[in-house]
Amino acid sequence: MTEPAHATPDRAASAGHGEMVVSVRDAVKHFPITQGIVFQKTIGHVRAVDGVSFDLHRGETLGVVGESGCGKSTLSRVIMGLIPASSGSVNLLGDELVGMRERDLRKVRRNVQIIFQDPYASLDPRMTVGGIVGEPFRIHPDFAPRGDRRGKVQELLEVVGLNPEHINRYPHQFSGGQRQRIGIARALALRPQIIVCDEPVSALDVSVQAQVVNLLERLQEEFDLSYIFVAHDLSVVRHISDRIAVMYLGKIVEIGDETQIYEHPTHPYTQALLSAVPVPDPALRGRREQIVLTGDVPSPANPPSGCRFRTRCFKAQDICAEKEPALVSRDGSVQPSACHFAKELDVIHATR
Amino acid sequence: MSELATAATAGHTERSGSLWADAWRELYRNPVFVVASVVVLIVMSWAVFPTLWTSTGTDGGTCELVDSRLGPSSEHIFGTTFQGCDMYSHVINGARPSIIIAVLVTLATTLIGVALGVIAGFYGGWLDTVLSRITDVFLGLPFLLGALVFLALLGEQNIWTVSAVLVVLSWPPITRIMRGSVIQVKALDYVEAARALGASNMSIIFRHILPNSIAPVIVLATLYLGGFVSAEATLTFLGVGLQIPEISWGITVAQGQDYAIAGYPHLLIFPCAALIITVLAFIVMGDAMRDALDPRGR
Amino acid sequence: MSATQDIKPADTVGIGREASEKQSRKEAARSDALGFDPSAPLLEVEDLHVEFRTREGVAHAINGASFSLSEGETLGILGESGSGKSVTAQAIMGILDSPPAFVTGGQVRLRGVDLLTLPEESRRLVRADRVAMVFQDALSSLNPVFTVGHQLAEPFRIHRGYSKQEARKEAASLLDLVGIPAASGRVHDYPHQFSGGMRQRVMIAMALALDPDVLIADEPTTALDVTVQAQIMKLLADLQAERNMGLILITHDMGVVADVADKICVMYAGRIVERADVHSTYGNPAHPYTKALLESIPRVDLKGQQLATIEGLPPNLTRLPDGCSFEPRCSWARERCRVDDPPLYDVGAGRQSACHYYEEVLGS
Repeated sequence: MTEPAHATPDRAASAGHGEMVVSVRDAVKHFPITQGIVFQKTIGHVRAVDGVSFDLHRGETLGVVGESGCGKSTLSRVIMGLIPASSGSVNLLGDELVGMRERDLRKVRRNVQIIFQDPYASLDPRMTVGGIVGEPFRIHPDFAPRGDRRGKVQELLEVVGLNPEHINRYPHQFSGGQRQRIGIARALALRPQIIVCDEPVSALDVSVQAQVVNLLERLQEEFDLSYIFVAHDLSVVRHISDRIAVMYLGKIVEIGDETQIYEHPTHPYTQALLSAVPVPDPALRGRREQIVLTGDVPSPANPPSGCRFRTRCFKAQDICAEKEPALVSRDGSVQPSACHFAKELDVIHATR
Repeated sequence: MSELATAATAGHTERSGSLWADAWRELYRNPVFVVASVVVLIVMSWAVFPTLWTSTGTDGGTCELVDSRLGPSSEHIFGTTFQGCDMYSHVINGARPSIIIAVLVTLATTLIGVALGVIAGFYGGWLDTVLSRITDVFLGLPFLLGALVFLALLGEQNIWTVSAVLVVLSWPPITRIMRGSVIQVKALDYVEAARALGASNMSIIFRHILPNSIAPVIVLATLYLGGFVSAEATLTFLGVGLQIPEISWGITVAQGQDYAIAGYPHLLIFPCAALIITVLAFIVMGDAMRDALDPRGR
Repeated sequence: MSATQDIKPADTVGIGREASEKQSRKEAARSDALGFDPSAPLLEVEDLHVEFRTREGVAHAINGASFSLSEGETLGILGESGSGKSVTAQAIMGILDSPPAFVTGGQVRLRGVDLLTLPEESRRLVRADRVAMVFQDALSSLNPVFTVGHQLAEPFRIHRGYSKQEARKEAASLLDLVGIPAASGRVHDYPHQFSGGMRQRVMIAMALALDPDVLIADEPTTALDVTVQAQIMKLLADLQAERNMGLILITHDMGVVADVADKICVMYAGRIVERADVHSTYGNPAHPYTKALLESIPRVDLKGQQLATIEGLPPNLTRLPDGCSFEPRCSWARERCRVDDPPLYDVGAGRQSACHYYEEVLGS
C-alpha cells in the first residue's frame, strides 16, 4: 500500500476555492474476473481503481487524465456511487457513499450528475427532448410539480443554448453538438453541485468542441458547479481545469494545479503524456522534446510490482521494481508525485 | 455515409407528443398497416362472430355426402368439402380455433419470454445463470416430438391443451432474444444517466429498457403468430391436435390435401388462402409497428 | 513485457535486398499493362465530384476537389465529419459504396492514368498494389477469424502468386518492419490478441505489403491514446521516408497535421476551402474557416487561452446554399458571399483560398 495520503494531496484550498464538496480517500475498486458457466469462481481481480485520494472544492474543476484503461472512468462512477467502491471512503457533501444502501444512494445522487462522451448513446432514441430533459422531474416530483415541468424544461433548453420550441423533437433530429447540449440540460435539471464530465467533447467535431467547452465554463460560473473533467485530450483538460490528477493503472501518479502539471511536470509519465500531445504549430516540428513511450499499458489485472509505470519508464532503476513510490512531494517536486526520481522537466515548451 | 447522416438531419416537420402518440399517428397514416389491420379485424370477427358471416351456424351446417367435393357454385361459393359441407362456412368457422390458439399462444409466449428475458438480462448474476440454463433445457426439446408426447400424455386434445403445449415449447427463443437485447441496451449511457438521476430499477426497465429492446421480439412474435396457425394444422394432421367434429383451418387443410392433387384444388386453395392472408396480415402489422416505434426511421 | 523494444524498422540492408528481390517479381504480376508512365506526376486529383443519391435527396459530398501529391510528400486533408475528406479517399481508392455514391465528374490520375475510367477489374489491380489505405478502426478492418499472418500473406498470394510458405515469410518480415516485437511468433495470433496500437501497426503492415506508391491514412490515430498516437505517427513518417511514398493523411486533428504534413487541404462541406503548404496555413490562414478552427482549439502549451467559437452547424449537403457554404457561420461574410460562390482564388506563393475577402483574412 501507499503511505496514507490523507495529509498530502491537497493544497488546493489555496486556489481560492470554497468548501470541500467531494473527498475521496484510498478508494479502491476491484472487479472480479470469473470463470465457469454454471458455477462461477473468481480467478483474479481487475484493479481498476487502486487506492486513490483527492479532494474537490466548490466551483473548482479537477481534470483527470490518463490513457484508456487507467481507471479514470471507473473512478468517476465510484464518485457518483454508480459503482460501489470495494473499500476506502468517498465523501460527497458530507455523506459517506461507501456502504450506503441503494435507496439512500438514489437520493444523494441528485447532487452529482454526469455528462457522457457519446452524444448518440447517452440519449434514449425513443424519447422526445421534453421527455429526456424532463425525466429528472418525473423521478423527483418534489422538484417540479407536474404543471411546471414543461416550462422548466424549456427554460433548461434555453440555458444550454437550444431552441425551447424543439421540445417535441427526437434526439436523432439534432447534431452531435446539440445532442451534447441536451445531455447537459438533463444533467443540470436537479441543480446538482457536482458534475462529472466523462470525455464530454472528444466525440464532437473540432468546430463544435469550443462551443461546448465554453458552455461548460459559463454554466460553472452561473451555477457555482464543481466539475470532475475526465478526458484523454490534455489540451482541453488544461484549458478547463484548475487542478489535474494524472492516472496510470488505477493510481494517481501526480496531482497538482494547472501550472504545476503543465509547466513543471515531475513524473516521467506526465512528461511523456505531455510531450506526445501534438501542437498545432508546424514551426515547432522536430524541435520539441519528444518522449516516445514504448509498448502498451500493462493489464490492470496483473500490474507490475513496485512502481506500475516502471515497465515503460525511461528512468526506471532497480528500486522501482521493489518499492512502490508514494504520492508525496519530494525534493524535485513541489506537487505530490509518485516517482522515486521525481524531477521537473518542461516538455511542452522545450525545444531542441 | 454516416458522415452525411449528421449533416442531413437539419430541417424537418414539427411533431408533438410522446412516443406512443407519434407511433400511432405514423401507423394510421401508413396504408399498408391500415389494409393489414382491416384484414386482421375481419378474420377476428370470423372467429368471434361467425354468425355474422354465415347462416349455416357454428357447426358448419348440414353436410350431404352426395355433395362431396363440389366446385364453387352460387350455392356454395367456395365449393364443398370432402364430407360435402359448405367450404365457405368451414373457412369462416375454422378461423375461431386457429386464431384463438395463435393469438393466445403468441401473447403468452411473448409475455413469459419478455418477462424472463428482462429479469435475466437486467439483473444478471445467479438469476441469469439459473434462468438461462432452464431456457437451454427447454430449447433442447424437439418441437414436434415434444408436442406429440405432451399431448399424448395429456390425453385430452382441445384448444386449451394444444395452446398450453405450444406455449411450453415456444417461450425459450423469445426469452433468449429478449435477454440479449436487454443486455445490449442496459449498457448504454442513457440507462446510466437515468440511474444517476436516481431512477428506480422498475422505472428504468419500463421507460428505457423495454421500449428499446422489444423490437426484435415484435418481429419474432408476428412470425410466431403465423407459425402457430400452421403448428395447429400440423398437430391436427398428425392426430394429436383438434379432433373432428371441431372445425379448424388445420383440419380442413389436412383433410383436403389428399384430394387437392386429385383434381379438387379448391379443397386446399380456400382454407390455405385464408391461412396465408391472415399470417401475412399479422407479419405486416408487426413490421409496421416496429418501424413506427422507432423515431429514427421517420 | 516487450516494453523496451524499439519500434525502429529492422536493419535496412536486409530490407533493401528483399525489396529489390520483390521488385523484380513485382514487375511481372503488376498492373503495368495499364500504361502507367513513371515520368508522370504521382497522383493528381482534378475537379472531383461525388454525390450520394439518398431518399432525402442528392447530397453533394464532394464539389470539385483538386490537389496533387508527389513522391515522399505528405498531404494533410483536414476537415470535420461531413466535409468530404473520407469520401475523397474512398473515391481515390475506388471503394465508394455505389449506390448511393456516384462519382459524377473529375479525374484521379495516378502516373498519368485516370483511375476513374478504368474498369473495376483493373482498379482492383491498382488497389493495394499502387494505392493502399489504412483505416481508423483497426479492429473492424481485420477479420477476427483469421490469424494476422494469414491476412498479411493474402495480398502476396492474390496479387503476386506467392506460395503459402513464401507469403508467410513475407508476412513475418512485414510485422517486424512495423515494429511488432517477436514478429515471427505473432503471425499465428488473432487480431483480438493485439492491443489497439499493435493492431494499427498490423493494418499499416498490410497496407505496405505490396509496396504501394501512395498510402492513404484515414484518421489512423483517432481511436488511440496520445502516447500510442505518437508511436504510430513516427512509424508512418519513418516508413514514408524510407520508401519515398506519397502519404495522404486524413484527419480532423490540427495538431497531427502540423506535426507531419508538407501540404494541407482544408475541406468544408465538400469543397477545398484552403490549399497551401503547412507553414503558411498555420502561420497566416487565408480562409476564415481555417482561421476560426485554429482559434477554437485549445493548445497544451498555452495558458489561459480564450477559445473562439464557430457558431452554428455545417450545412446540409442536400441543400447547399447558393453562395459560399461557410457564409452562415462566417464572421467576415457580406452580402456578396450569400449569392456568389467563391472560386479557389490564387493568393500567392502557391496558395489558394476560396474566400472573396482572402486579402482581409490574410491581413488580419
